[in-house]
Amino acid sequence: MLVFCETKDGKIRKPSLEALSEGRRLADAAGKSLGALFVGADLAGAEEAAQYGADAIIKVEAPSLAAYSSDGYAQAIADAVQAKGATVLLAAATSAGRDVAPRAAARLGAGYAADVTGLAMVDGRLEATRPVYAGKAVSVNRFESAVQVATTRPNVFVAAPCPKAGAVESLPAPAGGFLAVVKEILAKGGGAVDISEADVIVAGGRGLKDGANFAILQELADALGGVVGASRAAVDAGWGLPHSIQVGQTGKVVSPTLYIACGISGAIQHVAGMSGSKVIVAINKDPEAPIFKLATYGIVGDLFEVVPELTKAAKALKQ
Amino acid sequence: MKILVALKQVPDTETKIRIGADGKSLDGSDVKWITSPYDEYALEEALRLKESAGAEVTAASVGGEKAKDVLRNALALGADTAVLVKAEDAGDPLAVARILAAFAKERGFELVLLGNKGFGGDNASVGPMLAELLGWAQANVVTKLELSAGAFRAERESDAGTEVVEGTLPAVVTAQRGLNEPRYANLKGIMAAKKKTIEEVEAAAGAPALVTASLALPPARPEGRKLEGDAAAQAAALVSLLRDEAKVL
Repeated sequence: MLVFCETKDGKIRKPSLEALSEGRRLADAAGKSLGALFVGADLAGAEEAAQYGADAIIKVEAPSLAAYSSDGYAQAIADAVQAKGATVLLAAATSAGRDVAPRAAARLGAGYAADVTGLAMVDGRLEATRPVYAGKAVSVNRFESAVQVATTRPNVFVAAPCPKAGAVESLPAPAGGFLAVVKEILAKGGGAVDISEADVIVAGGRGLKDGANFAILQELADALGGVVGASRAAVDAGWGLPHSIQVGQTGKVVSPTLYIACGISGAIQHVAGMSGSKVIVAINKDPEAPIFKLATYGIVGDLFEVVPELTKAAKALKQ
Repeated sequence: MKILVALKQVPDTETKIRIGADGKSLDGSDVKWITSPYDEYALEEALRLKESAGAEVTAASVGGEKAKDVLRNALALGADTAVLVKAEDAGDPLAVARILAAFAKERGFELVLLGNKGFGGDNASVGPMLAELLGWAQANVVTKLELSAGAFRAERESDAGTEVVEGTLPAVVTAQRGLNEPRYANLKGIMAAKKKTIEEVEAAAGAPALVTASLALPPARPEGRKLEGDAAAQAAALVSLLRDEAKVL
């Protein structure tokens, strides 16, 4: 079993640690060994995989892999799967995971289950559970192919330390001459933490009335150690909010522990992006807003009064 | 330049989902079917390329008879030809990608455009799988696309921000919201589309790599609780519930 892991600033990304932990659990259930697979030009930090259950750390390291390439990375991953004789390949459903995993799957003639929220081994085969139809149904998929590929939705699986040997091994890199390569990164994402990885999200909708008012959400998010999100209505309103923080069917799909929806009515397109949140708080003036049907805790009230009070209460709790 | 736009027919977002009697498929009886919204950006981009640089745009859909609605709409918007690739989509993206790859190889396209994901399955995988099966470059979740002789430059959304991808043609590009603003069909286009024929080709059905074992409605969320009192009381009550009951703080 192999898990494709991504690093950032010399550390393994949290969604990759989650995939790795889930891989460990599945490998134990199937009596298989688990390899953490790294691809790139500088794989510092890869050794951390041993702490999250990797029996082996497999590196495909070469200068030609410095810039991300869909076809180059897919080739490296598929080669590693074949070299190690792996039958299950997992990756986190990050932007890179969703870009490269299906391409690697096609290269391997493997079935692919995207953005799964549950995995199990049944009779030695992988079974994947995933939300479909904007979260309005849940599909359970089984694989007919020899190799089975899945990406795990960030924040759904728990990254749990589980120290293993983590013997380091290197595999040769693809020759290069890739078809498409990332040349530069223009605008940076929303904040320090990507919204799809955040544990706590404080999101605002049309009820915020203006982009400047998102400052009060930021204060609450800071007090809770979270990040700010927005509905499509707020992003489209021309308030200067970046699309990278949009939650919903045409934005990010998020699964935080806590989602606080402020001034968001709860249109189906928004719900599609956040219905996987563990605890949902809705703050809205309109008691009939559909978001209350989903909310664990509902506050009917003026968000401009409630949110600052919440910030105060949250700060008091932290002290 | 020959451009293929792959279009998928999906249930309208507002559709209430009902599970079919087999327990593994959608009950399609009261479903309103539409073109997957991300595919509309793909089609629009193809039409703009046709208008700015000259191109022949083929719209194709893998599906059954009813997918002709999607193709008729593409013709009304300005696609030159429309092809129904007859196959039942059983929810295996690799099977769909294989069918599209066989079709694309036969017709000699230089660019394939499609949505970054189909509403419904949300796999976001037919594009990258198709690129691999064709041995082509790919750029996914694209918000800006520029073509030059034998090459492309695309801006795509990623966790890190906006990435610039450069690659060679032929290529598969999947569209994201923001790429353009899709047009509406006008009466003249709709009338003209009625006179055009939709070509039908049979797809060779291969063995699926992924099968759906079951489809079910998600478990209902437990009834929520409304908090009482003024803003300060509600805030205090919420923070203690989040700490003591939900245990998330």
